[in-house]
Amino acid sequence: MPLDQLNNSIIYFDNAATSWPKPAGMMAAMINYNEMIGGSPGRSGHQRSLDAGRVIMEAREVLAELFGCDDSLRIAFTKNATEALNIALSGILNPGDHVITSSMEHNSVMRPLRFLETQGVHLSVVPCSGDGRLNPADVIAAIRPHTRLLVVTHASNVTGTIQPIAELGRIARNHGIIFCVDAAQTAGSLPINVDEMAIDFLAFSGHKSLFGPQGTGGLYVREGLEKQIRPLMMGGTGSRSEFERQPDFMPDKYESGTPNTIGLAGLGAGVRFVLAEGVEAIRSKEEMLTTRFLAGLAALSGITVYGPPDAANRTAVVSFNIAGISPSEAALELDERFGILCRPGLHCAPTAHRTIGTFSHGTIRFGFGYFNKDEEISPALKAIQYLAGGDTEYSIR
Amino acid sequence: MEEQRYIVFLFPSVSYALKAEKILKAAGTAHKLIPVPRHISSDCGVCLRTTEDKQLDVAGELLGRVKWDKVVLL
Ligand SMILES: Cc1ncc(COP(=O)(O)O)c(C=O)c1O
Repeated sequence: MPLDQLNNSIIYFDNAATSWPKPAGMMAAMINYNEMIGGSPGRSGHQRSLDAGRVIMEAREVLAELFGCDDSLRIAFTKNATEALNIALSGILNPGDHVITSSMEHNSVMRPLRFLETQGVHLSVVPCSGDGRLNPADVIAAIRPHTRLLVVTHASNVTGTIQPIAELGRIARNHGIIFCVDAAQTAGSLPINVDEMAIDFLAFSGHKSLFGPQGTGGLYVREGLEKQIRPLMMGGTGSRSEFERQPDFMPDKYESGTPNTIGLAGLGAGVRFVLAEGVEAIRSKEEMLTTRFLAGLAALSGITVYGPPDAANRTAVVSFNIAGISPSEAALELDERFGILCRPGLHCAPTAHRTIGTFSHGTIRFGFGYFNKDEEISPALKAIQYLAGGDTEYSIR
Repeated sequence: MEEQRYIVFLFPSVSYALKAEKILKAAGTAHKLIPVPRHISSDCGVCLRTTEDKQLDVAGELLGRVKWDKVVLL
């Protein structure tokens, strides 16, 4: 595509932060809730309140279908994956417990764990390889008699590296360890089955590959474990109002206060879109885009690419650097000259950057999504080539 | 003919009642969500009303899928 045609448009390659655009049905569902329903779910018995409750129930049901979980009430909604992870981590870990995690974690895992460490929780951060992969044998070696929890990201938001979740789940199950998965980067873009992968807690973002609006996310909790996790917040749930004690059952235990019903209306529509398209189809499109981009980068000089060499072992996330230009300068140039939107820096995951050797300058991260087009890849490659000092005939915006 | 009496299924919360409603709608079993009658509980939620003769059908549909707290004759 000639550059002048790009001038009025943008190329959105920041889907790993939040997806854009969203499917048409998402906004329609939110408008429908606002115009036709508007009630507070679970708070009153009137028809609009019940309809609001039905909107949320439908969102739970489609998520349960997506994650292969047979009871949708096992899913509590939160405002994002961060809140879900905080509930799981600070709710289950007590002083004296040992927890194992990887060196590729996002701060939404690492910061709660580092805080809990100051409260007497013992933490092991298992180093990953230079391309971000966690070796299950290293996890086994880190297990101690009082290991309570293993928490691992399904895929890194820095390198896209996909961790061997099913194998880690088997290890945790065999050792009687609770297994928590951060699926912020994978819910909707990679197959997830909480039973087959032996996942006890699954934290997800609603606003990434599930195509919901920002302000949505959730936590799946395996049956029975809710008895062991303290809630982060307590308050009105619409249930058991005559008691002054927080309900101890799912999902009410973790859903205090009026929920983001309008957001969950959008999330439900986003997940229905994912189910209709099919996770496999979404994955194969994203893998195709990633393969094209990786092949294009390999043909350029002055580019360092991080993470697994092939698209099969990563999500649609590619971190790279251009010789002679910092990630933040490159991202600014890509935005201002070429209308290409991406994310530079440390991506809220400093230990992951230490693991791949890019701390403290970070990387340029392209995050592709299902709505990106094949035609967007080659202008991006040309822009990178230009920034790398290669193709200067390329005109400037 | 003897008049049918109503019973209500009480659930832990509205989320459960709505899930039950979805299951019964799919099964075509007659029911209605109503506010929990004050004489049964001071809870502000809803419960699921059906006729006494449907009690076993409803229980059969919900068993293993949605937990209920109790069944009360209205
Ligand atoms: C791997 C990973 N974990 C957790 C999060 C936090 O997700 P959220 O922004 O929904 O809280 C993100 C994204 O920001 C992420 O990429």
